[in-house]
Amino acid sequence: MAKVTIDGIEIEVPDGTSILQAARMIGPTVAPPAMCFYTNLPSSGGYCRTCMVEVTKGSEKDPRPMPKLVASCRTQVMDGMVVGNRTSEKAVDARKGVVEFLLLNHPLDCPICDQAGECHLQDLSYENGSAKTRTDFERRTFDKIDIGDKIQLHMNRCILCYRCVKVADQLTPERVHGVMNRGDHSEISTYITKAVDNEFSGNMIDVCPVGALTDKTFRFKSRVWFTKPVTAHRDCDKCCGKVVLWYKGEDVLRVTGRKDQWGEVEEFICNTCRFDKKRTSDWVVEGPTNLSRHSVISANHYEKLVVPNELTLNDIKPLNP
Amino acid sequence: MGKKLLLQNDNVPGIDTYEVYRQHGGYTSVEKAFKMTSDEVVEEVKKSGLRGRGGAGFPTGMKWSFLAKPEGVPRYLVCNADESEPGTFKDRYLMQRHPHLLIEGMIAASYALGANTAYIYIRGEYFYIVNILEKAIEEAYTAGWLGDNIQGSGYSLNMYVHPGAGAYICGEETALLESLEGKRGNPRIKPPFPAVKGLYACPTVVNNVETIAAVVPILNMGGDEYAKIGIGKSTGTKLISASGHIKKPGVYEIELGLPVEEFIYSEEYCGGILNDKKLKAVVPGGSSVPILPAELSLKTPTGEPRLMSYESLSEGGFVSGSMLGSGGFIVMDETTSIVRNLHTFNRFYHHESCGQCSPCREGTGWMEKITHKILDGHGTLADIDLLWDIQRKIEGNTICPLGDAAAWPVAAAIRHFREEFEEYVSNPSSIVDVKHYYNIHNLVEA
Amino acid sequence: MSEVKFNDETLAVVHNLMRRYPEGRHKSALLPILHLAQAEFGGWLSPATMDYVASILNIKPVEVYEVASFYSMYNLNPVGKCMLEVCRTSSCWLRGADDVIRHIEKRLEIKVGETTADGMFSLKAVECLGSCGTAPMMQVGKDYHENLTLEKVDELLTQFTNEDKHSRYCDANTYRKN
Repeated sequence: MAKVTIDGIEIEVPDGTSILQAARMIGPTVAPPAMCFYTNLPSSGGYCRTCMVEVTKGSEKDPRPMPKLVASCRTQVMDGMVVGNRTSEKAVDARKGVVEFLLLNHPLDCPICDQAGECHLQDLSYENGSAKTRTDFERRTFDKIDIGDKIQLHMNRCILCYRCVKVADQLTPERVHGVMNRGDHSEISTYITKAVDNEFSGNMIDVCPVGALTDKTFRFKSRVWFTKPVTAHRDCDKCCGKVVLWYKGEDVLRVTGRKDQWGEVEEFICNTCRFDKKRTSDWVVEGPTNLSRHSVISANHYEKLVVPNELTLNDIKPLNP
Repeated sequence: MGKKLLLQNDNVPGIDTYEVYRQHGGYTSVEKAFKMTSDEVVEEVKKSGLRGRGGAGFPTGMKWSFLAKPEGVPRYLVCNADESEPGTFKDRYLMQRHPHLLIEGMIAASYALGANTAYIYIRGEYFYIVNILEKAIEEAYTAGWLGDNIQGSGYSLNMYVHPGAGAYICGEETALLESLEGKRGNPRIKPPFPAVKGLYACPTVVNNVETIAAVVPILNMGGDEYAKIGIGKSTGTKLISASGHIKKPGVYEIELGLPVEEFIYSEEYCGGILNDKKLKAVVPGGSSVPILPAELSLKTPTGEPRLMSYESLSEGGFVSGSMLGSGGFIVMDETTSIVRNLHTFNRFYHHESCGQCSPCREGTGWMEKITHKILDGHGTLADIDLLWDIQRKIEGNTICPLGDAAAWPVAAAIRHFREEFEEYVSNPSSIVDVKHYYNIHNLVEA
Repeated sequence: MSEVKFNDETLAVVHNLMRRYPEGRHKSALLPILHLAQAEFGGWLSPATMDYVASILNIKPVEVYEVASFYSMYNLNPVGKCMLEVCRTSSCWLRGADDVIRHIEKRLEIKVGETTADGMFSLKAVECLGSCGTAPMMQVGKDYHENLTLEKVDELLTQFTNEDKHSRYCDANTYRKN
């Protein structure tokens, strides 16, 4: 076990835990945002740099501070480590920079984006970004492409988190899409026009933190905050069959995997469950979904909205008292 | 004349062939190494004080001693011949003219590390040198310096050349290893370091061409003797690639500690500024290191003569110092536009960013666009501050050092030549021929 | 275009290259094989060429696309027979690379990134090629042409035209036959 102090709050965690996971154990108030790390995708993380924190004491054994900010998702805790997230001016400043970089070429087309309301980039920008842009350059654009008949890739919105590539590597035998080109010309693509066609491809939509990969069967049907999430399951011979049904009135508009409070899918689902089972009679309904994420949808009037027993900013202690 | 350890036979005709190389004392360091244990060879290199010649200047002996040695797992030596740092061309010179020196150093180093396979990762643009190295390796196999049971020592080594395909980032050691595994040259997130998990997840040492070549004189003369050459912790000799506005551009082997002024103005080295113009600035260690205005290139902030050494060049920190880096020494005369030069650097880093992490992927392109805008006569004073702020937010926040390398030149150019940037934005008509410049570069107008 | 398949001589080289890497690590040979493929199949990597290389190495085609699109020496679109790559980074710029580019553009009546109407020349402006001490310079195939002057550029262009030069970085003879 290792004792680690994050924003003045101490917690004991198993050896090998990342700083990010340790912070999540404390709670959302001190957990750094993560745009590319995904618990169920083991090689993910390290790219987006939003979760960077300052380590002011390396460990009990070697108390020297780390010279640079570290990606908390890919840095393991050490016994006696002291970490600053919200309390570190450096980390907060760097994060503000990262948000600006991520938005530099982002179209900011939230009003017409299906992801709006459950978009991690919206949350990130709201919490850490500036109200004003400092760029007047034309934004980078790509053509929209359909990868398969159910998924649309809107590359302009992509932040290159690599999650969809990793999910394909993990769940499917033959990955056909990947990251092409390099630098700021990098794009998710199949290179030749080719459908991503396998039973688990829909999970790309769920792991995408932004509106780059969206469900074509849900396209423009409704803003997410006007739909009502209901937890349901069915016996499926391909996947766990555990899903969330998003209702508008009597109609199931879309089916997604169940996400935890960090917005991560707990168990991946197959395309049959996601795209082909849109009648209530296909499912055993368990009840309204608990929503605890800090996003627009959770601000709506849902039954059973969990107000987490969270720390408040008053619980945080300054980094260098 | 300064001491020559790597290029002492530079004028010997045919030194690139095995026969001539051997006649001039070639491969004796391997013979010497085979009489020692591998740990003794590492110890000799430690004693020499040799520091990585690729740019970072990390002590080589220490790097070698970090190599993990789990039972039954192969170890690798990989030579970093991806030389791509603008202003640097010494590895190319060395490999082209002295291929056997590199091969000899690699055999000795591989023996010290217990590696039985060694790769030379060379940038793809140097394909003509691939030919040279392939031929030299063939000769070394034929003469019994490579293959099984080398010279009856019981030690075996295979050596292969591996061409890259155009990516500066592959000079970063983990990106190089990815590329060597046939993947995109995306730097890995560290730890683990290559010494523990490198090529094919096996313990690996990656060393620069010149670093490996320096092992040859170190073993021949002994680490202690080598350490006497140079100055302080900057031991030995260093190849400097001199370019820009000088009378005699080229590769020079210098004893570390040579005054910068002597290097620029003496007949033995650069021979002075081209057309006898005045010196304006120097980038002393490849494009990534901070640019220094003339006075700070020649003298440290305390008024001492600036020396070509790791310590002296960095004296004053980034406020008034720079770095020895890879030894890519770019000289600029009084007519040079620092803003335009910076623009070529910004364009370079933008072109070479791998795109994995957001600050570098987005920030490098943004900085290029802003210098473009300034050069185009549309800049504002706020753009200069914005440039400063962008580089500050890239530096230290990226997966690999390319972010820093892109940020430092911007910071130093603004720090030392801010008035020139201000001139560009406040008096755009002072910029000559700007439109034309952009037309030929085929850049998208901002 | 004819069938995408290496001749026996090149295929032997390809297999030699694959043997340079440990068992199960043959993907390592991807970069050198792509170079050979580009040289043999028209100077660029078509999807068919890349799929062929994937089949040789027994890897997914997308792995080849990802790699080929990352590195600047691979052409993913057809190019002229003779590719002129002029360096323009700092040291070359200091010594007049812009004039060289401008001169070639004028003489060939193309812009950077374009190919002449007869398909003979493509012009590319590239970043540092490690020839800073002999600036300005351009690379044509594997050859470095250094210390360029406008006269020298003219001579070279005439020479390339006369000999109908195909620029290549490598061929089957680049590697030793181990």
